[in-house]
Amino acid sequence: MDMLDLKELGVRGVNSVLHDLSKSRAKSYKINNPMGQHSIACGLDAPMQIKIEGHVGFYCGGMNQHAEIKVNGHAGVGLAENMMSGRIQVSGNASESAGATAHGGLLVIDGDAASRCGISMKGVDIVVGGSVGHMSAFMAQSGCLVICGDAGDALGDSIYEAIIFVRGKVASLGTDCIEKEMRPEHQAKLKELLEASSLQADSTEFRRYGSARTLYNFDVDNADAY
Amino acid sequence: MCGIVGLYLKNVELHAQLGCMFKPMLIEMSSRGPDSAGVAIYRNPVKAGQTKFSLAHDDSGFLWETLETNLAASLNCEVATLKVANHCILVTDAAETEVISWLQTNCPEVRIVGSGKSIEIFKEVGPPEKVYEQFELEHASGTHMIGHTRMATESAVTTAGSHPFATGADLCLVHNGSLSNHNILRNNLEREGIKFQTENDTEVAGAYMTWKIRSGATLRQALEDGIKEIDGFYTFCIGTQDGFAVVRDPIACKHAVMAETDDWVAMATEFRAIAHLPGSEQARIWEPEPSTIYVWGEQ
Repeated sequence: MDMLDLKELGVRGVNSVLHDLSKSRAKSYKINNPMGQHSIACGLDAPMQIKIEGHVGFYCGGMNQHAEIKVNGHAGVGLAENMMSGRIQVSGNASESAGATAHGGLLVIDGDAASRCGISMKGVDIVVGGSVGHMSAFMAQSGCLVICGDAGDALGDSIYEAIIFVRGKVASLGTDCIEKEMRPEHQAKLKELLEASSLQADSTEFRRYGSARTLYNFDVDNADAY
Repeated sequence: MCGIVGLYLKNVELHAQLGCMFKPMLIEMSSRGPDSAGVAIYRNPVKAGQTKFSLAHDDSGFLWETLETNLAASLNCEVATLKVANHCILVTDAAETEVISWLQTNCPEVRIVGSGKSIEIFKEVGPPEKVYEQFELEHASGTHMIGHTRMATESAVTTAGSHPFATGADLCLVHNGSLSNHNILRNNLEREGIKFQTENDTEVAGAYMTWKIRSGATLRQALEDGIKEIDGFYTFCIGTQDGFAVVRDPIACKHAVMAETDDWVAMATEFRAIAHLPGSEQARIWEPEPSTIYVWGEQ
């Protein structure tokens, strides 16, 4: 595993090494001294393992494809934003908008995620070991958001076809988000995600939430609202 | 934009290092606020019956000694001054309102940037590092510090418009965001006798908290009322003589992160400001929740 000292190389220096697609490049890297800097390990486009020792700033692992990134610490705003594939895991908490607009891959947050976790998610699977803040899964389009703790206000507001699993309490559901029956296929998917994330939780303790699909089409009874 | 930072020391053994610990926090937020910077430091509380004023004058050659002599003679009081760049810390046993009135009449060009028992405020246009060094804060000791780096969006880049705003009673407030009902609040507070120095929205939030505390509220009660009455997007970091608080509006879209160890509590707009503190790697780190009041230190 090659070592990269972010204090010495800077974010651009570290990311340049990670973006180098030549065959001689190492397959795994350890990044030391992240010092809460932004955009660390963004835009990776190859299968490789990255271990970040410390807390990261905004947009860590954004646009990731194929790479596996582990953050041993806290992550700032926009963790794994627009991730396409691969896997990102954070050992601490994550600030707002974790997994925003992400299309694929697996995002695991061992601690809590703040507000707007999974906002506009488009296919990513997100597993949160703790709780999520308000407006999580806002306009979520596809993929699964698994919350092992509680969910804040307006969960799943204006949700499309994403699936939300919650083990704890939900402060309130957003517009057009409802509790739905947990069928065997959902139970199987949830079990698979919990196993993949290595978080210890009993899949039978979760409830499922999704779209009531009442916002999909124009309703003439709502004409006065426009 | 703008960056805000706050540091409250729980471990008294660290008090001597406050200025040194705070410096990299403020400088790290320069990219969020390169126009002006300011800090409030809580140190050297004055005796009972005395008030400490932080004063500023645009002319760094202004003769504070003359002001000291004239004020002492006019109000028949004890006055001591300490010049720090274009600011001056003035301690007197005269009544606070009489001093303010005397300054406004006799030295209208002198700005009162803060007052209370412990608070000292220093603020100036220019890059944060330059501002910090100018006021010799690196070796300052104290209990807590609050700072602001400003990217002006809402009023002019002037020293008067620089943050933080202190509106008396040792209270100081820094703000990231913008308030939408500050004009009506300002009108209401003016009717209560509060005087404003700028058109800035943050000054209104500070004045509101001061008014509440002077009316007998605790810092927590003032903030609870503030959540109901102050409208807009905000993350506030607030200092009082013995308290330190953080609060965000109900939508909570202005960035904020907090960290706590056995030795200190810190808040910043971005974690990279906190990353410089000793022990930050092992700190408990979280994003403050909306409409939730976090208070330390208040008796």
